[in-house]
Amino acid sequence: MSDHDTVSIQEHIRVYLTVFGALAVLTVTTVLASYLDISTSEAIFLALVIASVKGSLVAGYFMHLISEKATITWILMMTALFFFVLMFLPLMSITDQVNI
Amino acid sequence: MEIPYIVDEREDTGLINSKLGIWIFLASEVMLFGGLFSAYVFLRMAAPPGDFAHWGAELNVPLATLNTLVLITSSVTMVMSWASLKLKDFEKYKIYMALTLLCAAIFLVVKYFEYTAKFHHDIFPSSSTFMAIYFTLTGLHGLHIIGGMIVITYLWMPFGNKIWHTNPEHFTNRVEVIGLYWHFVDLVWIFLFPVLYLI
Repeated sequence: MSDHDTVSIQEHIRVYLTVFGALAVLTVTTVLASYLDISTSEAIFLALVIASVKGSLVAGYFMHLISEKATITWILMMTALFFFVLMFLPLMSITDQVNI
Repeated sequence: MEIPYIVDEREDTGLINSKLGIWIFLASEVMLFGGLFSAYVFLRMAAPPGDFAHWGAELNVPLATLNTLVLITSSVTMVMSWASLKLKDFEKYKIYMALTLLCAAIFLVVKYFEYTAKFHHDIFPSSSTFMAIYFTLTGLHGLHIIGGMIVITYLWMPFGNKIWHTNPEHFTNRVEVIGLYWHFVDLVWIFLFPVLYLI
């Protein structure tokens, strides 16, 4: 391994530890935010925003997605598309009510 | 027989086969958990107002917060074990992998106490739709933790890591692949925690 590679990995390690700190702070933040006197929909929005930031940090830095090859990006874009379809399926129940 | 493209990248994908394989597997896992998250949304929309909040209040937020921090720590120790191999420091790799296993074990023990506390209060999956989806989601996640622990233990044991001494790059890639799986399990918990415990 060249000196350049070693320096690069050590730089990575510094980033991992910074991300770890950010994740810990965001975990405490999301718990504190749950005690705020806000409506349920606002609480859900806030909790999901914080969870999305945390998830992006894990995927981007720990899973190296930030510098990953296009093949994986394409696989994940398709996955995200189908995931959102799954998430919006329950909304169909609003427009397709059965009146008994 | 030599397995092709486990050290050298394929020209067409630009990836080693094992990394492409784990990402396709993780894509299927997103759909598995996505289906259950979708079921959660559906059940919550159909539940009487305040029902999910009422049953959610039965859960132990401090213990779940502790478990979240434990799992985040395990993600860091996992990525540090991979970085240690990149720096050719095998002893540090073993220490970080052992710490990852320890964190995983702590997570499961905390989960065991959470489950048994519910059972002692006569709360079961059949108690409500919230508890049904809570036990399903956390149970499936727990099974993923156990699956990860089995592979991590294998890669930590001498018979599992002997390939390091003959083909270190191959072994480093194996650790990267289990690392990707482990971070995904952490990622799922990052969403399960607020959805089940906080909102």
